[in-house]
Amino acid sequence: MQELLVQLAVFIIAAFLGFELISRVPNMLHTPLMSATNAIHGIVLVGAIIVVATANDAFTIAVGFIAVVLGAMNVVGGFWVTNRMLGMFRPPKTRVKKRKG
Amino acid sequence: MQVATFLAYLVAAVLFVVGIRRLRKPETARSGNTIAAFGMLIALAATFLVIDTNATSVWLLIGGGVLLGGVVGAVSAQRVPMTGMPQMVAAFNGVGGGCIALVALSEFYQGRAETWVAASAGLLTIIIGSVSFAGSIVAFSKLQEIAFTGSVAFPLQQVVNALIFLGVLLLSANVFLDGALAEAVGIPFLSPLISLYILLAASLLLGVLFVIPIGGADMPIVISLLNAFTGLAAAASGFVLENYALLIAGTLVGASGTILTRQMSSALGRPLGKIIFAGIAATGGKQEEDDEEREVNDVSAEDVGSYLKEEANKIVIVPGYGLAVAQAQSPMYELMETLESDGKEVLFGIHPVAGRMPGHMNVLLTEAGVPYAKLYDLEDINPEFEETDAVIIVGANDVVNPAANDEEKDSPISGMPILEVENAKRVIFIKRSLSPGFAGVDNPLFYDTDKTMMLFTDAKQGLQEVTEAVKNA
Repeated sequence: MQELLVQLAVFIIAAFLGFELISRVPNMLHTPLMSATNAIHGIVLVGAIIVVATANDAFTIAVGFIAVVLGAMNVVGGFWVTNRMLGMFRPPKTRVKKRKG
Repeated sequence: MQVATFLAYLVAAVLFVVGIRRLRKPETARSGNTIAAFGMLIALAATFLVIDTNATSVWLLIGGGVLLGGVVGAVSAQRVPMTGMPQMVAAFNGVGGGCIALVALSEFYQGRAETWVAASAGLLTIIIGSVSFAGSIVAFSKLQEIAFTGSVAFPLQQVVNALIFLGVLLLSANVFLDGALAEAVGIPFLSPLISLYILLAASLLLGVLFVIPIGGADMPIVISLLNAFTGLAAAASGFVLENYALLIAGTLVGASGTILTRQMSSALGRPLGKIIFAGIAATGGKQEEDDEEREVNDVSAEDVGSYLKEEANKIVIVPGYGLAVAQAQSPMYELMETLESDGKEVLFGIHPVAGRMPGHMNVLLTEAGVPYAKLYDLEDINPEFEETDAVIIVGANDVVNPAANDEEKDSPISGMPILEVENAKRVIFIKRSLSPGFAGVDNPLFYDTDKTMMLFTDAKQGLQEVTEAVKNA
């Protein structure tokens, strides 16, 4: 019971924190921000790893393995693509001229 | 849970928060993403600490799965062109939702979701995760134009959705009551486990039906909403697995994703309820009104070039999705440089929904080399139009359509904030034809022959020709 109450408290505080974090974001950063939070919920990979590690039958191992693959795609792909997007926002002074033929 | 793992999860949570904070400003955004990724690395490493097994096969499975998923994710993320970004985000969101639904399913299968908290949170995880997975896949195929493009509607759609939702609730109740519900109504073969499989299938179907009626223009909002859903599912699974990393990170994403979704829908002027329940684009939309020929001021690239050269000092460029489709960002950059070398001021007015997602156009333009200081949001550019000599609109229509502010007419874009280009001295459209845009609403500006110049051509070719014309004028 005590554990549940702690979890509930953490849940509520994290929810308020999440609401407050996204108050004033310029439109231009909406796509990268969505993409980055998308990568953060790749934390589901932790759940998938725990499933495989504690599985004791073939069905669970198979399901868990698929979950690990999907979760890893979410994490790695999510952060990678966000990084690519944000790499394109260069500050004016270090602007590199890009010429395409 | 080991103390070290718990502390590591807390560190990871702090890094996620710091990362998201830094993502609010362009200067710090990239480092914010790196910090969040670092937090993820810590959370994963800490998870390995609590794995209580020496079986090599388990480690191989986990390592192999991470490697396989990671490589597929990295390669697709590296290869996707910037114009394909929205569907990429949808796909990554979808796999996350699928992952967490499977995690919850296996917890039930192993009989671990015993307490009422774990059982209800587990059911929630399966439902939301599956909806997010199926919905994201539909969103992906819409944007990639594989299937379900436009708004797909069928008779009694709302009724069917409601029935499936009711079925989902009943199945959940049956699982929760350990099969007692099915026994009470005389269908004992519907064991909790079988109910779970049907529940999974029904939730997937619900996800598909939820997204297919929604038109392409509203897809960013839907993806953002599904992103928040996956976060929520991750948080719910945190209660099942009693895992604080899932709980905190999932909740953060669920909450911040909800706010982001609201911001996007208000930028579009489309209340969320209207998008979800009305199947919007089906109304209004594509009916052709009258074929009455109306006069437009059809000009050549030379006309545009000489006007820009001789009479315009302050120029605002308004790019739309048509620009991205034509891959015309580089020619646009050339035009900007040419005009600037003549001592003219060039700004970019970016509508929140230019491109296919809020901020998408900014990514595309900065990719072409336009410094972000020149990219103005809606609120910042609108006051500038009064003093602007020429607005060049490339591949956009809806976002500059004054019909959105016309209170007499009810159209799909009514109430959407627009770029008030009609306040500028001259308006130049570079457009392939007079056809209205995504929303199918005619633009009265096209027919204002005193103010408007229409250059009918492909965005890329048009910009190249205008650039040449400015150089030669």
